[in-house]
Amino acid sequence: MAALATRTMKSDRRAAPEALAQARTGAAAAWRRAQGPLLAVLVALLIWELVVRSGWKPQWVLPGPAPVLRRLAQEFSSGEVLAAARITLGRASAGFALAVLIGTAWGVAMSRVRLLREALAGLIAGLQTMPSVAWFPLAILLFQLGESSIQFVIVLGAAPSIAVGLVSAVDHVPPLLLRVGRTMGARGFTLFRRVIFPAALPGYLAGLKQGWAFSWRSLMAGELMVFMADRPSIGARLHFARELSDAEGLLAWMIVVLAIGLLVDALVFGRVENSLRAKRGLGEDV
Amino acid sequence: MSGPAASLEVSSAERPVAVRVRALSRVHGRGVQQVLALENIELDVRQGEFVCLLGASGCGKSTLLHLVAGLDQPTHGEITVEGGQPAVMFQDAALFPWLTVSENVAFPLEMRGMARAQRAQRVAELLELVHLDGFAQHRPHQLSGGMRQRAALARALAQDARVLLMDEPFGALDALLRDRLHDELERVWRATGITILFVTHNPREAARLADRVVLLSSRPGRVADQLEVELPRPRRMDSPDVALLAGHLTRKLKEIIRGGARDENDEV
Repeated sequence: MAALATRTMKSDRRAAPEALAQARTGAAAAWRRAQGPLLAVLVALLIWELVVRSGWKPQWVLPGPAPVLRRLAQEFSSGEVLAAARITLGRASAGFALAVLIGTAWGVAMSRVRLLREALAGLIAGLQTMPSVAWFPLAILLFQLGESSIQFVIVLGAAPSIAVGLVSAVDHVPPLLLRVGRTMGARGFTLFRRVIFPAALPGYLAGLKQGWAFSWRSLMAGELMVFMADRPSIGARLHFARELSDAEGLLAWMIVVLAIGLLVDALVFGRVENSLRAKRGLGEDV
Repeated sequence: MSGPAASLEVSSAERPVAVRVRALSRVHGRGVQQVLALENIELDVRQGEFVCLLGASGCGKSTLLHLVAGLDQPTHGEITVEGGQPAVMFQDAALFPWLTVSENVAFPLEMRGMARAQRAQRVAELLELVHLDGFAQHRPHQLSGGMRQRAALARALAQDARVLLMDEPFGALDALLRDRLHDELERVWRATGITILFVTHNPREAARLADRVVLLSSRPGRVADQLEVELPRPRRMDSPDVALLAGHLTRKLKEIIRGGARDENDEV
């Protein structure tokens, strides 16, 4: 009896989502959100510094945070970072855009045609386990050392994730919404475009996000392997730094790689996802 | 047909039939696991009539509604619905979460190819009809359960179907809210003259709303009895007449369930 009573009380206590959302906006909330990541960065820098001070490796192999950050600031102020980022992000967005087109068409086809889906399910699983670096020898054979090989590998890395994300999102569309759509006269492609796809959008977005992570990784592998001396991309800078045993430069450019990956994730996908969740009133973060 | 406040209404019997169900059976599953969900259902719903399908949980009343809605195919028998595809409302409002309330209500209008300007006007009318004007730009998750069901009602009415099917649409709401929505539904039904087939397991709800109550037996679902309700409208859930009729319906339902149980024992 007692257990029953408490359960009833709990279910009655529902917080108003609007009030919570309003409280979360504003500077105070932004600061609160930034605290966690900031703490993580500080801890990472501290561990780095401690490892360097322990004398495990000589300073010219593993420099500490201070010289590396100084070097990073230098590369920034000389405009090198922006120039390299422009080349690399240009490649990334071209490759990712192509991957989105192909992955989406692929996913739509698979979710609509059962035979295609059964035929391609195994292939996709295989493609997803394949490390993207393993594609480069073939890519270079097919397209030589050039932009096309990099794009080829980006698409192969990202498109399967995008397709799989869309297919599983479509599978998880509540059947009731489909029933409602059908009784209101939406059939065939109209049903897909107006009901199934919008309902699957959050899952599709998750696939895009994963696809982006894959294409960013493939791109970095590509810039290190398909190395073009006339195009000083971020990968090329990493390559140079290693060739010249420039440990400070190497670590500084690695930070650039990490920062760009995180920024795109937070600013592009994070924002889109948040606005989508807010619109639909989906799970406020805990 | 016996009992208080139940008598045959002549006028409704003269109206043309809006939903005609003939010799309808539905078998679920295959082979050894076959279950006869509905057996030889015969049902006529007249134009503008409010019919409640009353039965115990799992008696196949929702199956029957899905068949009439065209969401499921009968094993045997025929169903004809006036004006083609009927509108359907479920226990869950099932509004599209990516659309605003007015976009949700506009959806069936768009599917019918109505022009944008006309659409806006019709949406405004419908939202006013269900007392949701002022919430047009809200998202479904910003509405309360009762408001969501009202929006779903507006969306169902936007289909301009001649027949509205309702599958325990107020089953998940608290009693007070349900009473209010009963009033609203009755008002909308009278204003539009739409034919309603309403599934419920609640005898009071049936007594409150129906022109005619169709009682279904369980496993297999058969039409066990029918009762014309001639109580004056608007009715109130807590009025003595409704309570009396609900009591009568409850007893009938129990008899039907017990009868079904006896049949099963006979077979063994």
